Amino acid sequence: MWTWFYKLASPPYVYRVAAAFAPWLLGLAAIAIGYGLIDGLVFAPPDYQQGDAFRIIYVHAPSAWMSLSAYTVMAVAGAIALIWRIKVGHAVAAASAPIGASFTLAALATGSLWGRPMWGTYWAWDPRLTSELILLFLYVGVMALRPAFEDAGRGDRAAALLAIVGLVNVPIVHYSVQWWNSLHQGATVAKFGRPEMDPSMLWPLLSMLLGFTMFYAGVLCIRLRGEILNRERSAAWVREAIAS
Amino acid sequence: MDAGFWSMGGYARFVWPCVGLTLAVLAWNIWAARRLYAKARIRAERALAMAAMDRA
Repeated sequence: MWTWFYKLASPPYVYRVAAAFAPWLLGLAAIAIGYGLIDGLVFAPPDYQQGDAFRIIYVHAPSAWMSLSAYTVMAVAGAIALIWRIKVGHAVAAASAPIGASFTLAALATGSLWGRPMWGTYWAWDPRLTSELILLFLYVGVMALRPAFEDAGRGDRAAALLAIVGLVNVPIVHYSVQWWNSLHQGATVAKFGRPEMDPSMLWPLLSMLLGFTMFYAGVLCIRLRGEILNRERSAAWVREAIAS
Repeated sequence: MDAGFWSMGGYARFVWPCVGLTLAVLAWNIWAARRLYAKARIRAERALAMAAMDRA
């Protein structure tokens, strides 16, 4: 297990593995997202209360899921980089930030469009919405902090620290609907013991969640290769990697 | 597809922008990632070429 962990600290190894995984992940993501979108938009029945507006869940929930997951990956990678001084960790964190920020923006925008017909407003200072907005600010802060230092190493460390501190917001976003009174509905997918969705609605949602996760991993692989090249361009292995 | 599908039960102006926006975010992610990698590769090639010239 530790051998595998040490291998992940090697930039040339990660560069090669990312190249091998990216097309498979993106291909499988396209299939899962394609199935989820068609099944969710065309074949799933309308909700008895929300009608066809509920179909926004098929793009909103996966975006929100990825906004939290990408942040967790970024903070954990930053922590690994700080604790074990693994440079690839900083590259993973840098690669994850813009993807997560874009999904956070998508989650906020689609949630806002869903809120208008259901709650009568595009925006409310609700715990879930506010904590998700703070998540976007954290992403922007981490992305702005990294290049703010002349020394790239210091920029990486400062961004990792901010990401780790901001990780406290992730459970706040997730549990905000339970901890406080909220306009936002509670968890539906997490309740596998007694699912609140009919399988005809649940399966396309699960497919979208899986598809978005694989999409994130695939895009992360492409970005990671770029980040590694940017950081290692004077290394000897880069000559062979570029020639191949 | 019938008109009922496109009208989304009267919620078309909310549902379709959400779908379009999300697909645009997915497309942007692919484009931006590929652009980052292509730029990094060009920079690395230049750095290698400069190093080779210095050695010569």
